[in-house]
Amino acid sequence: MIRIAPVSECELLITLGERIDTGLAEQTGRYGEIIRQSFGSELIEVIPSYTTIFIQYHPLKTDFDSLHHKLQQLLGKSFRENSESKLDALILPVFYSSQTGPDLENIADQHNITVEEVIERHSRQEYTVCAIGFAPGFAFLASVDPIIATPRRATSRVKVPAGSVGIADTQTAVYPAETPGGWNIIGNCPVSLFSPNSQPVSPFIVGRKVRFKPVDQQEFVQLGGTLCPDWK
Amino acid sequence: MSRLEVISPGILTLLQDTGRFGYGHLGMAQGGALDLQAYCWANHLLGNSMDCPQLEITLGQAAFKAHDDMLLALTGADMRATVDGVPLKPWQTFELRRGQILKFQFATEGMRAYLATPSGFNTQKTFGSAATVTRDKLGGLMAEGADIGEGMPLQSGDWLQVEGSKTTDSRFSKMVPADWVPKYGNSVQLRVIESYQQDQFSAQQKQQFYNSTFTISPDSNRMGCRLKGNPVLAGAQGIISEGIALGAIQIPPDGQPVILMNDRQTLGGYSKLGCVARMDLPKLAQARPGQQVQFVSADHQQLLSELKKFMKFFSL
Repeated sequence: MIRIAPVSECELLITLGERIDTGLAEQTGRYGEIIRQSFGSELIEVIPSYTTIFIQYHPLKTDFDSLHHKLQQLLGKSFRENSESKLDALILPVFYSSQTGPDLENIADQHNITVEEVIERHSRQEYTVCAIGFAPGFAFLASVDPIIATPRRATSRVKVPAGSVGIADTQTAVYPAETPGGWNIIGNCPVSLFSPNSQPVSPFIVGRKVRFKPVDQQEFVQLGGTLCPDWK
Repeated sequence: MSRLEVISPGILTLLQDTGRFGYGHLGMAQGGALDLQAYCWANHLLGNSMDCPQLEITLGQAAFKAHDDMLLALTGADMRATVDGVPLKPWQTFELRRGQILKFQFATEGMRAYLATPSGFNTQKTFGSAATVTRDKLGGLMAEGADIGEGMPLQSGDWLQVEGSKTTDSRFSKMVPADWVPKYGNSVQLRVIESYQQDQFSAQQKQQFYNSTFTISPDSNRMGCRLKGNPVLAGAQGIISEGIALGAIQIPPDGQPVILMNDRQTLGGYSKLGCVARMDLPKLAQARPGQQVQFVSADHQQLLSELKKFMKFFSL
């Protein structure tokens, strides 16, 4: 049951479901793209997330009632999967190591498994981009194998280097830029995930599939990766 | 081309415009002038379009030196500005002659002043906007050798360039009509549109919210205005992260409301009671830590028509 509700004078929220589910994120991502393509300058922002699509509109160009009507019609249609426009799974190389992932051993210890098993369980899963936020190009990926799901660190790190791959509960993510952060860091991805000068600026869109491929230190460095000497 | 040198940025001076729109789905914050009303008046006084970048000066103590003659407009908080020591009132255009120094003291009331120039301060726009969002490292002045603005606040020694800035006969100096100049008083009343998770709040909690007086906390910033007062409790702990509107009233588990401002993150996972009316956000942008805030429920249609009137007036 799709709900469309006003949020403010010029914003509304479409709710597609009530539970986190990667299938639903694929749907909000796809609908988000369709909405963006179907409307013109009357829409200012279209932000899909796990279960919702947030829309900011221009109040001089449209209004809630007419948008409500158009969105209901649009979302009521069934969309055939367009195989040409569907993006392939994104494969991201990761150097899993204690140098690039200071929490790797902790996670292994906490769950009574080996470091190798943590890496194996993290890299064999196929993830779905469920939301993009927190920082430009920061994609929340679900779902992490429950065996290695680990809550956020009790204290945030002041500095998490760009490329850090982290786990927070059943979600995983790559920090696109250096920021403070509280996720458990298990490795580093040398590929740039937000670069204002390239097109697209970020390979992530909500609904896209993502896989991680373990690489060794040599390949990591060849791909442009750097080791962070001072974890704080 | 005229040049203005930053002698001191004071506490915080940022290049801003109306904001960076259409990139929220990539995680970029909108940013933009916190007090859109004072910002729009400054561009309006100069006959500018509303996207001409200005300086947002927070709390004052900034100083600038003109290296060419230029016309400027100043609006917003009164920071006891002077031109070579001669007092200058805000909400009007004024001239700065080559060699003159424009200096701001600490704001007597309000928080933010806006300094505009004909056709705006020159900068390469980043994702369609000059707005400085420090956390996203986007917008603002371009550093030497950089391809884009990297979200830096202005620094001493920065040079601002102004295109087509001509001085005019001072007889034509323009001011905002006195009736339109807002007064930044001691307490702020904010009108509310209930929305989002408003049904998670019991009638009693809502009554508490509307009957309480909150105080603005010193750890407020461009991301959020944090309030302190009697806690307001949501019936649930957190929600699935969703898009956050400008002015959203977020109630974290400690019950202390946070009003989300221009540099807010695009998504959030706390319960929200609704949104502050857009036309009341300029008052909040000018309210200082320690000032009191009260909320009042308002009619959606009334607020919408006020917003439309404002947007039409300034051609937004």
